[in-house]
Amino acid sequence: MNVLELKGITKRFPGVLANDHVSFELAEGEVHAILGENGAGKSTLMNVLYGLYEPDEGEIVLNGTPVRLSGPRDAIAHGIGMVHQHFMLIGAMTVTENIILGDEPTPVWYHRREAEERIRSLSEQYHLGVDPHARIESLPVGLQQRVEILKAFYRQAHILILDEPTAALTPQESEELFSIIRHLTQQGISVIFISHKLDEVLQIADRVTVMRRGVAEATLSARDATPQQLANLMVGRDVVLRVEKPPQEAGEVLLSVRHLQVAGRDGVERVHDVSFNVRAGEIFGIAGVEGNGQFELAEALAGVLPVSGGQLLLAGKAITSMSALERARAGIGYIPEDRSTEGLISDFSITDNFLLKEWQNPRFFGPLGLRRSVAEAYALEEMEAFDVRPRDPRLPAGHLSGGNQQKVILAREVSRSPQLLIAAQPTRGLDVGAIEFVHQQLLRLREAGRAVLLISLELDEILTLSDRIGVLYGGRLVAVVPGETATREQLGGYMTGATPAQEEGVVP
Amino acid sequence: MSAGTPVRRWGAIGGVFFPVLSVLLALVVGSIVAAATGYNPLGTIGALVDGAFGDPTRIAATLSAAIPLMIVGLGVAVTFQAGLFNIGAEGQYWIGALAATYVGYAISLPPILHILACFLAAMIAAGIWAGLIPGLAKAYRGANEVITTMMLSYVAIYLGQYLVESGPMKAPGTLPQSPIIAPSATLPILVQPQFSAGIFVAIVAAAVLWWLFYRSSWGYQLRTIGRNPVAARYAGMSVARQYVLALGVSGMLAGLAGAAQILGVQHRIYDSFSSGYGYTAIAVALLGRNNPIGVVLAAILFGALTTGGQMMQINAGVDAQLANVIEGLIVFFVAAEAIIRWIQGRFHLPRRASGRPQHAETPAVVEGER
Repeated sequence: MNVLELKGITKRFPGVLANDHVSFELAEGEVHAILGENGAGKSTLMNVLYGLYEPDEGEIVLNGTPVRLSGPRDAIAHGIGMVHQHFMLIGAMTVTENIILGDEPTPVWYHRREAEERIRSLSEQYHLGVDPHARIESLPVGLQQRVEILKAFYRQAHILILDEPTAALTPQESEELFSIIRHLTQQGISVIFISHKLDEVLQIADRVTVMRRGVAEATLSARDATPQQLANLMVGRDVVLRVEKPPQEAGEVLLSVRHLQVAGRDGVERVHDVSFNVRAGEIFGIAGVEGNGQFELAEALAGVLPVSGGQLLLAGKAITSMSALERARAGIGYIPEDRSTEGLISDFSITDNFLLKEWQNPRFFGPLGLRRSVAEAYALEEMEAFDVRPRDPRLPAGHLSGGNQQKVILAREVSRSPQLLIAAQPTRGLDVGAIEFVHQQLLRLREAGRAVLLISLELDEILTLSDRIGVLYGGRLVAVVPGETATREQLGGYMTGATPAQEEGVVP
Repeated sequence: MSAGTPVRRWGAIGGVFFPVLSVLLALVVGSIVAAATGYNPLGTIGALVDGAFGDPTRIAATLSAAIPLMIVGLGVAVTFQAGLFNIGAEGQYWIGALAATYVGYAISLPPILHILACFLAAMIAAGIWAGLIPGLAKAYRGANEVITTMMLSYVAIYLGQYLVESGPMKAPGTLPQSPIIAPSATLPILVQPQFSAGIFVAIVAAAVLWWLFYRSSWGYQLRTIGRNPVAARYAGMSVARQYVLALGVSGMLAGLAGAAQILGVQHRIYDSFSSGYGYTAIAVALLGRNNPIGVVLAAILFGALTTGGQMMQINAGVDAQLANVIEGLIVFFVAAEAIIRWIQGRFHLPRRASGRPQHAETPAVVEGER
């Protein structure tokens, strides 16, 4: 029996058809995934279902009855719960307080005991393992997410919308989430699982609806679907899921990191005695759970964070005391972790963004000032080479899609022909098509005999691209393993500290 | 929407659109206020416009009032471009005026050289006042420039009052004022009574600033730091050095304005010299979106409100305070750009719906141009 049917939902925004006659069904106890790239209309559809947008056309049928939802409160009253990608929790408050928030029986007081008791029993019923007394900020991300799930059940949800639920989770936490989802469905809860990751959708969902450009392209049974089929539906063309990585001999050592120590901006040491080499024609992957020192490492290599101990050599020359600009000139390219806040200036034109590291370059800044035609021609040339769309060098960078923004950063860094490219989370939040492009570019650098240091939280990415993989745990490099033979389980063990560090930390 | 990187589509239009809309809304609400207090709204606005632009003398008066606002406004825009907020331009304006006055009466030099010496002294003194103290404190100790510039502004104003009331700059006699500057230091008057060649100083300053902002490497660094200090650091820019420079140049311009006012209009400094130009200039910079061309236009508008308000009182019998109300409303609507964008959204005016939050359109009062 269908607990939910969306019939011909259409939602228009000025100039955009966000949902075009989308129909969608959810059976009792089913996990129905909605798969699509960014901007495919997944969030719009869910916001319609959650009462945040009113559809221009179409209807919402809950348990056989058409309903009109005029706000989240309506949706909640109809048993719909939503866990947003960014949690809506208050760190300083306890689990119980967070769950009660907005649902207090009276404006002044509530029965703390009763509430705690209900939360405890719900947590047991659904195998969530949440302590009602715990303070939110003391909980790991995985548990915070379960508090969000509890919040929905406290309000008697029987339909649960999970919006990109694994984005912030470690592989282990994701596995735990999946097992929780299975418990939920056994108890008759229906789950809408929104994602752009093929593998997890196939793993957890019963059915998959693929959306592209506001249209529900197809609904498939997850058992029959293949990743390739889903990817092609998502992108609307044949895509290469796993880029081919031809075997290649690594050359001489380009980057040598020796006993590196780095303190974060708060002064606390985040990277402890890390040593490794990256060779020409090699992609060296750094795996690790977020917050284990990988981004401090990246910033220290790029010259943004000062090094508190150890030595850095680029092609045999010491760069430890060089500034960020000197290192860029010496041949280090850097793709920072967060493209919109670190890599780009969103209200600058694309051309101006290409000039970021060129402000001392007389080619662009002559005695009469900025040579605009030279700069624009250069930007246009790079935009063509990297297929940045729309191809308008005067457009503010903030108007580009995430994938195109990343292409601009890649183009800027690669066009300076770096010896070493540090890529921190280069595909975070990108579509399948854009990920394919970024991966190909990294492999092209490898082919050209450059060194690539790839820092990623996505194990699949690390495993696909890396020639060697280093694992950071607690700021230490606990293992360096060959990419060919590494497995998810092996890396996961190192990443969580379950497998103790190798004695010989460094493989030359 | 940085105006120097002309953005096609609605960006460039949007840059002009919102300030103009702010002004129109302020005029509409101002007329309602006029009507509510018993005046004929159209007649009031008419009298205001006529008072500001009705004949060449009035235009000259409007432009004359706009000169200090332009120059100080450019200075404030420099700090906004760098993501800083120089709220102490009033004090820097005083320092510039004091330095110019002193050089103007205490030193004798040939005519043009004397004027240049006055300007130079004013810029150096005010530049140090803003750049050296708040700038260094901000760059190397993280002291909030809003606090330091504001506090130093009080110091400057009281210092100035002391100097002319009982200090070394007091002219002989009972009045709390300085001696008058030498004729060789006065700017030529273009239109009597007081429209001086200071307008050329303002226009040259605006042109230089425009080039600096949008064509020079320094301006590129400044704007990068103002929008994204993290990216600026990745690009190897020295954020600390630019903070000092931005505050210093900002102070220099405020000081230049003070000098232009002394050399062109006042010819001496007295204890009630305080004008509020340093504060109005913040609104001028915001309305002008920190673009030098915009600042010039916004300064003329504010000058028009001052002159027009006075004429409105004389000719139409409407209290000049109404002009202040309109001024206040303009500031309000500039700050309340979010409301205007909301109205714009309601009426489906051109707008890109690309699905991602657009930083470029997030209204930010302090960093006006964002």
